[in-house]
Amino acid sequence: MPWAPADATRRQRFAEGVQLGLGPGAATFVLALAYGAAARNAGWGIAAPLAFSGLAFSASAQFTLLTTLSAGGAVVAVTAAILINARYLAMSVALNDSLRGGRLRRALQAQALADASFVIAHRGGGRFDIARLIGASVPQWLCWVAGTAMGLLLAPSPHLLHSLGADVTFPAFFLVLALDELRKSHRAIAAAVFGALIAGALLFVTTPGNALLGATAATLIGTIPGRRQLSQRGEHS
Amino acid sequence: MRLWLSVLVVSIATWVMKASGPLALGDRQLPSSAVKVTTLLAPVLLAGLIVVDLGGAKWRALDWQQVVGVGVAGLARMLKAPMVVAVVCGVVTTALLRLLT
Repeated sequence: MPWAPADATRRQRFAEGVQLGLGPGAATFVLALAYGAAARNAGWGIAAPLAFSGLAFSASAQFTLLTTLSAGGAVVAVTAAILINARYLAMSVALNDSLRGGRLRRALQAQALADASFVIAHRGGGRFDIARLIGASVPQWLCWVAGTAMGLLLAPSPHLLHSLGADVTFPAFFLVLALDELRKSHRAIAAAVFGALIAGALLFVTTPGNALLGATAATLIGTIPGRRQLSQRGEHS
Repeated sequence: MRLWLSVLVVSIATWVMKASGPLALGDRQLPSSAVKVTTLLAPVLLAGLIVVDLGGAKWRALDWQQVVGVGVAGLARMLKAPMVVAVVCGVVTTALLRLLT
């Protein structure tokens, strides 16, 4: 992914984020269509699913609530929908060093967190461009809400969306973003492979949300000393 | 009422989780050892999201046509295709496979 020059203004970096967020936004739109259609078929009406998209802006939590609320009790459904987003805890901590201002201001900026935006804003070395993060989330949020509205109104059949390959958009975008991210270091490749293996193994025994959360254990690869650190230690001893 | 309450609780919980880092840490910086871990969060999350998206609960959602489409998108990107074009290649591949099989 291209980066604006180091002296770029906040507005330029925001615009860059908007531009980069359009692609994932298109994928988000397709997914939101499916969500809107499924919510209408579940008898959720129009207002609640639309408000949910605007307020939560979280495909994983919204689909989880949609599928579990009709199948079981509200407490179980709400708990599952919250747990599936537990990765935001780790992402929010990672983001904090790049935020500016007091607690409240930082907390407000962190509301722009979304999976694709988190990656688009990653400068490397644990630093994030917040203007770019917010810029990338704007088109995704708009597409998510607009797609939900469209899905609620048109209610396209799941069969039609499946035939058109709509289910490819999200994982394909994640793969494309991952390929860009993996160019940053060998360690990133090792961590991603390890994370994929953990998630894959956990899928057999727990929910997708928990599997995703478990995959973050692969980041502990970062604590293993690199060759340079080991040689430095050798020189000191 | 149950639906609206559930929607509100999940929305508020999502806001709180997104704000948890700033609320807990304020302007304190992470130690360098923690930064080394958080640096790897983006690639690990992406890898996990791809696996979870493709596999689904208990791997029951695994669909070879979808996997091929995602693979084609990745290949197109490696061949320097723009992001959106790469994804469209993947979507079209899967749609064609489903039409033909």
